[in-house]
Amino acid sequence: MRTITYLQAVREAMEEEMERDEKVFVIGLDVGTGLTFGVTTGMIDKFGKERVIDTPIAELSVAGVATGAALNGLRPVMEVMLQDFITLCMEQITNQASKARLMTGGQLKAPVVFRAPGGWFGSFAAQHSQSLEAWFAHIPGLKVIAPSTPAEAKALLKAAIRDDNPVAFFEHKKLFGRTGEVSEYGEDYVIEIGKADIKREGTDVSIITYSNMIWEAMDAAEELAKEGISCEVLDLRTISPMDREAICETVKKTGKVVVAEEGVETGGVGAEVTAIIADEVYAYLDAPVKRVACPMIPIPFNPDLERFVVPNKDNIIDAVREVING
Amino acid sequence: MCAANKKYDEKMLKDYKDMWLIRKFEDKIYQLYSEGVLPGTIHASTGQEAVAVGICKQLRKDDLMFTNHRGHGHTLMKGAEAKRMFAELLGKETGYCKGLGGSMHVADTENGVLGANGVVGSGMPLAVGAALSLVYNGRREDNDKVCVVFFGDGASGAGVFHECMNMASNWNLPLIFVCENNLYGMSTPIKEQGSIENIADRAAGYNMEGVTIDGNDLELVKETAARLIQKAREGGGPSLLECKTYRYNGHSRGDKPYGIYRTKEEVDYWKTEKDPILRYEKVLGLSDEEIKEIKKETDAIIDEAVKFAMESDALSPEDVLQYVFA
Ligand SMILES: Cc1ncc(C[n+]2csc(CCOP(=O)(O)OP(=O)(O)O)c2C)c(N)n1
Ligand SMILES: [Mg+2]
Repeated sequence: MRTITYLQAVREAMEEEMERDEKVFVIGLDVGTGLTFGVTTGMIDKFGKERVIDTPIAELSVAGVATGAALNGLRPVMEVMLQDFITLCMEQITNQASKARLMTGGQLKAPVVFRAPGGWFGSFAAQHSQSLEAWFAHIPGLKVIAPSTPAEAKALLKAAIRDDNPVAFFEHKKLFGRTGEVSEYGEDYVIEIGKADIKREGTDVSIITYSNMIWEAMDAAEELAKEGISCEVLDLRTISPMDREAICETVKKTGKVVVAEEGVETGGVGAEVTAIIADEVYAYLDAPVKRVACPMIPIPFNPDLERFVVPNKDNIIDAVREVING
Repeated sequence: MCAANKKYDEKMLKDYKDMWLIRKFEDKIYQLYSEGVLPGTIHASTGQEAVAVGICKQLRKDDLMFTNHRGHGHTLMKGAEAKRMFAELLGKETGYCKGLGGSMHVADTENGVLGANGVVGSGMPLAVGAALSLVYNGRREDNDKVCVVFFGDGASGAGVFHECMNMASNWNLPLIFVCENNLYGMSTPIKEQGSIENIADRAAGYNMEGVTIDGNDLELVKETAARLIQKAREGGGPSLLECKTYRYNGHSRGDKPYGIYRTKEEVDYWKTEKDPILRYEKVLGLSDEEIKEIKKETDAIIDEAVKFAMESDALSPEDVLQYVFA
């Protein structure tokens, strides 16, 4: 075992896949230098400009370029500088990449990955801090991934690159510096897309969440354990297709649920999890499901106000107490 | 007529017949729609046949093509069979896309047609990506394929048009942008969509060759297309070819040919003075007898194709789900 950062994990996944398969390449803004967060820094020295392709600032068209290259057999990984800017790519992701398979009766496939770091980062303000995963979970034909650890980031990105379908891969800016152990099995180390993971076993309450919110949930579980409340933390890892089975299993086990996410509550990922529970395991619930999410407000710049709206461990603790105490 | 006196060769005669094939294909669709047999909407290319015949027949089978919502003629001329086109438009499993795409999404990958598009302008980024895949990582040493993308005058107002010309030119891609300028985007005349007379003038801003031609003059279209395609094949880079033309029907099957935004006089002028088929008849010097015979032949081809489509079955509901993911 070796310890690396989440950022290194993302880079290693791309590098190993590029070494394994010549069809894999990276395309996006400033990927040559990797100036944004440093994810792609140095890759151009290994793979050259032909496979680490800098583009003009034209996100919509670049998303289409990546998709078009995928339609003709390549396996592009597009880096979108920030998740906020992926809004510019929506047309190509929603109407082209995700529909190419069905619309052509299976003649075409679009094995393209759109990587986009999201989440709050500390006063980056309203247009640089969003978590829009739920938008993408609403698109049939697209897979959506948001891992929380370096090992999973690496293994899931490799799986995404090898997948024959378009995948939206969402990192969290605050996770880039997080360290963790990764397997050194090399190129075969992939995690199946669509499988959730229990990050902490527990018996009283299930906290279902993903991405950076996992760590808020883990801290909350740790604190609550001191009070004798045993929390199970389920990491969705894949937002779409969602692991309904794992969700139902943990609900059957604890009968009480808090669903947490950094994105806004209305129409959010938590809303979908809650609906799955209502559909499939309602009878196992001992209390109403409680959602923890960002209120319907753009993220404010002021650091105190930002901290006030972005959900954290304390909000999760409050929610757990609420489902326990009724 | 004695063969020695003929003003044309067999290829030219076939081009003439192909223009009829497109016209009668489109007419038949209108008929099938009015009979309640054909579902959905229709964007016919009646009147614009010389563009499809003149450009697509200069391409090789392994060249790539993207078209737009008005693309039946392009796809037929790239090699698609009328019977499988009709089957697609009627929603049958024997259609190119198993009846899952319909009129706006016909793809025929065997003939290099990587898709039509229901979103105005969106084929352009895909085409840049496909063209990029032809030159990617030293691939140009093994192929001299080109890519062509069709779009309308209306699409030239979209940001992707400009973003894509910029990238294609910067990367020197083997891509020909073909703008079918039929003077209107739905009901809006081009004069109200931009301040320039010739859309191809835009190419200069991207350091690219731009050519504006009479798109109803088949020989001129052929000659120009052949030159620009050859240029792209030989590494001479992308170009923008604007073909001035005119559609005879309404924008889609939902509106009348004239009355709201065009006059009957204007439509009649194009039909009598500028019609690509009538003009080519004169170039070829065909007799009334010969013309009558050709029309009869074409009717027979269309009738047989429609029969095939009508007799085909639709995909079953159980089978449709398998086309969401590859
Ligand atoms: C992005 C987008 N906006 C609007 C439409 C509706 N629409 C379909 S075709 C069309 C006009 C397109 O004009 P043009 O590009 O000149 O092509 P033409 O129909 O004249 O062949 C419009 C507005 C659409 N399909 N996509
Ligand atoms: Mg038009």
